[in-house]
Amino acid sequence: MALTGLEIYKLLPQTNCKDCGYPTCLAFAMKLAAKQAALKDCPHVSEEAAAKLESASAPPITLVELKGDDGAVKVGNETVLFRHEKTFYHKPGLFWRLRDTEDGDELKRAAAEADAYHVDYVGIDLYLDGFAVEAASSDPATFNAAISAVKSVSKKPLILIAPSGDLAKAGIEAAAGSRPLLHAANGENWEEMAEVAKEAGVPLAVQAEDLDGLAELTQKLKEAGVEELVLDPGVTSYRDSLEQLTSIRRLALKQTFRPLGFPVITFPGANSEVDETLLAAEQIAKYGGLIVLEEFNPASLYALLVLRQNIYTDPQKPIQVQPGIYEINSPDENAPLMATTNFSITYFSIANEVEGSGWPGWLLVTDAEGMSVLTAWAAGKFDAERIAKDAKTFDVEGKVSHRKLIIPGHVAVLSGELEEEMPGWEIMVGPREAVDINSYLKAMWSN
Amino acid sequence: MTIEIPKEKYTGAVREVTLGATADEGGTRAHTLTIGGESTLPYLQFEGTIPNRPALALEIRDRKPDDWSPLLLQAWGEAMDDPGEWAKAAEAAGADLIYMVLSLTDADGEPNTPEYARAAVRKVLDATSLPMAVVGPGQAEIDNELIVPVAEEAEGERLLLGICEEKNYRTIVAAALAHNHLVQSKTPMDVNLSKQLVILIHDMGLPLERIVMDPTTGALGYGIEYGYSVMERLRLAALGGDQMTQQPMLVNPGEEAWRVKEAKVGEGVPENWGDWERRALDWEAVTAIALVHSGANMLVLRHPETLRRVRSVLDDLLGSQS
Ligand code: SF4
Repeated sequence: MALTGLEIYKLLPQTNCKDCGYPTCLAFAMKLAAKQAALKDCPHVSEEAAAKLESASAPPITLVELKGDDGAVKVGNETVLFRHEKTFYHKPGLFWRLRDTEDGDELKRAAAEADAYHVDYVGIDLYLDGFAVEAASSDPATFNAAISAVKSVSKKPLILIAPSGDLAKAGIEAAAGSRPLLHAANGENWEEMAEVAKEAGVPLAVQAEDLDGLAELTQKLKEAGVEELVLDPGVTSYRDSLEQLTSIRRLALKQTFRPLGFPVITFPGANSEVDETLLAAEQIAKYGGLIVLEEFNPASLYALLVLRQNIYTDPQKPIQVQPGIYEINSPDENAPLMATTNFSITYFSIANEVEGSGWPGWLLVTDAEGMSVLTAWAAGKFDAERIAKDAKTFDVEGKVSHRKLIIPGHVAVLSGELEEEMPGWEIMVGPREAVDINSYLKAMWSN
Repeated sequence: MTIEIPKEKYTGAVREVTLGATADEGGTRAHTLTIGGESTLPYLQFEGTIPNRPALALEIRDRKPDDWSPLLLQAWGEAMDDPGEWAKAAEAAGADLIYMVLSLTDADGEPNTPEYARAAVRKVLDATSLPMAVVGPGQAEIDNELIVPVAEEAEGERLLLGICEEKNYRTIVAAALAHNHLVQSKTPMDVNLSKQLVILIHDMGLPLERIVMDPTTGALGYGIEYGYSVMERLRLAALGGDQMTQQPMLVNPGEEAWRVKEAKVGEGVPENWGDWERRALDWEAVTAIALVHSGANMLVLRHPETLRRVRSVLDDLLGSQS
């Protein structure tokens, strides 16, 4: 938790020498608390106080970064329990688990297929974040070969599931040049694992039966010099996951409990009794960090990636749709043309209705700075001038042969002005709600 | 080191609402269904009690719908041709209640009639002994025209009637008052609007114990995050003691999810969308699970397989129940 100005003041020399450029230590402390000054500006602060101030300003949940030969995944550094309080910052990484007991060619085939997986969601490119390669063979050479096989077809970040120092070393060697997560240190092997992680400069996952065990281990590992840690609480069910992950997040945020101030790794498919997709969905909503899937299924992965995108959207900055002219149901030059704003929900509800109705149509999505029709209109971001301008920018005249533009019923008042701005066009006032588009078109659009 | 799990102390709880009436209570249902009552955030039993499980409803129509996904037609088969048979099939699939939506028109496009709606509801009441919700097609005048006779027909059954919206709630609330039913109060993804409509309905004399709040949700990929956060905020307000946010929440992931392309369409979509049936089922189930975690007390679903999957999640979250 961040310190208040007064708490910081107590740690300063309190001599008011002004060397920092502020009239008093207290004034400087206030600036520090507001993050408008840097501690190094006071040349007199004691080492001990500096260390205290530094650790107090460290984020309550450590940021952990995995790097592949190309691409990176960052998790942690979250600041709230509920997305509406601010936002969730670092999307959980979705990984697919591969085992080194699989034949090399098969590994390559599988990894290449998953590596090539991309889906487009409102113009956002969604994909799997990486692979977790497991030393299921317990043989360092086999593990090394499997990692090399995966790396030969994918540059994505890796998690190395290697429960001993020897295996970890073999894995790190094969993954040279990248920054994998090593999984995992436990009560028995933590010293050797810490050594490998420290030497390679990679993050390390920590495994224990319960939160007490996890906290004890992270302390030991920190003392051993490994700072970037990931917690594996070994959850295997919906309830267990919700309770443990909520507890970890609360301890980190509400009590600044450093020993558990790390992101979490989970394996929602580890328990065959559980529906992997639904547990992964729960973990995306409730405090997951790295999520390792047992199964790679494009349909389920698509649903999970979209959920992740939605939950991690900044509530203050809703997803906007790229302004432009959108085709629905392969329209031709006679299809109706409808104008709307680029607020994602507005766009989707309209696109959806038109799509579902079976009508081919053109949607002119104007740049209303991501506001809904009524809000944008009230704010002057969806007026006749803008609509006319975007109609020109996106060349609607080249798309349709008719000259009829349907505007949302909520902005019926714009029709007169718009007819002036767009000479030769007939402005039609459409329905207020998207659900009524089908019946509106049935009644009003004749071709 | 022994770590104490940080627990929150809440001053409020979700209100309990009971649907359905048995013979003793003036109805004909085999049992009643109570939702709400929890004094903690979703499924955090270490800090509060959750006396009632969320109810899982299956949606049926008064006639076979024209625009449902072929996957749903496949799942329900011939049962869809008759509302009574459909209700029985929904009961057999494990529904806690039947959520019946009246159609705007008949199969030939002629307006639905009060006589037809009344008869269809009667059929369902006779075919199953589950508690039941009946809502109109969603157009104010027609809703009122259809729901009033339904309320009369089902006198005393404590149906959940809908849909009450800000522009149109008086007639339905009056019918609920006159014939001992409950209402669904639906508002567009906004905490204050949710509260306001509950207040308006309550002001007409309907006890809070007979109002279920529908904060509206979007499907996965289509605005679910708005509904999700509105629900979380409503629930936190309820636990914080804000009386008019304490109604149990109903959401309709079935309708929302099955409306979108990902669920509805099998052809002409990107290859990486994967297998159609799996995608469609995941779309509905993942939408539902996200809403389970944002506080839903009643979920209306469309596919029996989704009900089975969501049920098994709830069984684990709350401990299975016979
Ligand atoms: S330089 Fe340090 S000691 Fe001097 S006034 Fe500033 S804060 Fe106080």
